[in-house]
Amino acid sequence: MAEIERGVIQAVHLLVSLDREVIEISARSLWISGISCLLSSLICLPLASLIHFHNFRGKRVLINIIQTFFSLPTVLVGLFVFVLFSRTGPLGELGILFTPTAMVIGQVILVSPLLLGLTISALSGVSREVVDTAISLGADSFQVIWLVLKEARYAVLAAVIMGFGRAISEVGCAIMVGGNIKGFTRTITTAISLETSKGELELSIALGIILLLVALIINVALNRLQQR
Amino acid sequence: MCFVELVNLSHNYNGQEVLRDLSLSISKGEIFAVIGPTGAGKTTFLRIIGLLEVPSAGEVYIDGKRVPRSGKERLRMRRRMSFIHQKPQVFNLSVYDNIACGLRWRGEDKNRVAEKVDHILEVVGLKEYRNRNAQTLSGGEVQRLALARALVLEPEILLLDEPTANLDPIAATEVEEIIMRIAKQRNTTLLMATHDMSQGQRLADRIGVLFSGKLVQTGNPIEVFHSPCNQDVARLVGTENVLEGVVTANKEGIATLDISGIAIQAVSDSSVGKEVYACIRPEDITLLIADTSQPPAIKSSARNCLRAKVIHIAHLGALSRLELDCGFRLVASITRISAEELNLQMGKEIHAIFKATAVHIIERKSREWQDVLIP
Repeated sequence: MAEIERGVIQAVHLLVSLDREVIEISARSLWISGISCLLSSLICLPLASLIHFHNFRGKRVLINIIQTFFSLPTVLVGLFVFVLFSRTGPLGELGILFTPTAMVIGQVILVSPLLLGLTISALSGVSREVVDTAISLGADSFQVIWLVLKEARYAVLAAVIMGFGRAISEVGCAIMVGGNIKGFTRTITTAISLETSKGELELSIALGIILLLVALIINVALNRLQQR
Repeated sequence: MCFVELVNLSHNYNGQEVLRDLSLSISKGEIFAVIGPTGAGKTTFLRIIGLLEVPSAGEVYIDGKRVPRSGKERLRMRRRMSFIHQKPQVFNLSVYDNIACGLRWRGEDKNRVAEKVDHILEVVGLKEYRNRNAQTLSGGEVQRLALARALVLEPEILLLDEPTANLDPIAATEVEEIIMRIAKQRNTTLLMATHDMSQGQRLADRIGVLFSGKLVQTGNPIEVFHSPCNQDVARLVGTENVLEGVVTANKEGIATLDISGIAIQAVSDSSVGKEVYACIRPEDITLLIADTSQPPAIKSSARNCLRAKVIHIAHLGALSRLELDCGFRLVASITRISAEELNLQMGKEIHAIFKATAVHIIERKSREWQDVLIP
């Protein structure tokens, strides 16, 4: 009990004094997950539109598969990226294992099914009549897609934020392909994992609070947007 | 000059035939109304002309050019028209942006867009809603927004699917007025679907009657309303009395018909022995209280005077609808005030009077098209 109490007090102290290490780790976490989320959005939003606006055989099956990958274990993605980029792996020559790049690649793979699936369902929420109206007002296919994305903007944004949440909170993949290298690939979650096993509870608790604060800020922002 | 032309158009939807072998030409600036019961294919008809749907068979020509089934040329043609849907949908944007969409998609420059949108907002009376989110508008306002969104594009062809179906009478008249005024100003070709017969009669230059996907009659409103081509059209346009009979005599264009043993006279060329339908609009029947043992003493130009008994009265606003038994069932419509003055009650004996010209004769032909269409 006393340990936790001490930990919380220490954590507050670290936060208030803007401890350099805490700030640096947090910034790296936000940065890597932000980039992952952005890249994933750039891939998934057009792809989701493509899937949504085309009818083809096996569409239902494809969407089921995408939804299944919502629960892709983070360590499995870590394993996959590790094998891919390890020295003897097919892309080993690139030498990016244990770098932030590898972590971003891992998180993109991890987050994409979620973003893709949720964006498709967001687009499905826009009625056929809205699409018809746009077409009858002279929109070409690209203009229709853009309008539908705009109509579904809150749901699409919610999907992106869900993706970001999954990226910033995962630890399995980050530790396997990033390696938790101090000052290079150490993020909030990997740091908590390490510090806790070392018995350094103060830093762990401080980082945990920051992680929750980030989640809180994102949620408040999202709520504000949806109420507008 | 033929502006919109449909050639042997057929359309299937999920294996069901919605339109069959429909051909029609509409000239520039014409106002064409298509009427028909629900499910007759009116909306599909408009959607195909509006290039929202590709017909299963047949061709659409616009301004003399065949409309391709896809591609840039089709888009270019679609951009010459606009469509107001039965239940208009607004985009989750401001009223201004809703109306500006179509112009922006056509690549109009920003100042021109603002100019046009502000002008049309004034025309439809939505000026003070300019910056409101369109989803906060009421039903009538949404309808006007839809109207503005379509008119701002200055379409050569305007398609209207039940444009006033969801509006109260005052709002409906307003919307009608705006549409007609602008259509006349710009010589817009107007195609509308309606189930409101009086709207079709009031606004259209020409009416087409659609039954189960088949265009069974086209003509000016007077023709369609007074000389329906078959008994279904007759019922659709409000001729409640469609009576089966046989021509028993014809003298100088005045035919005598036998309807359930009662003789009535009608202006018709039908020859003796022909099986016919006699169509009489309820408002063409006059009622007279008289000593029913004798013919009425009043002189009248009407050739038909039948003894009748009131079997049902229904008051519908300013009008009363009476069902009479005069050897066959006859429906008459008179003003409610006259019904009260005549002190009409169930079982009352009266005379029903109508002119020979009020009887429209349809010869009972083979009913082949019906056998095919009505399951």
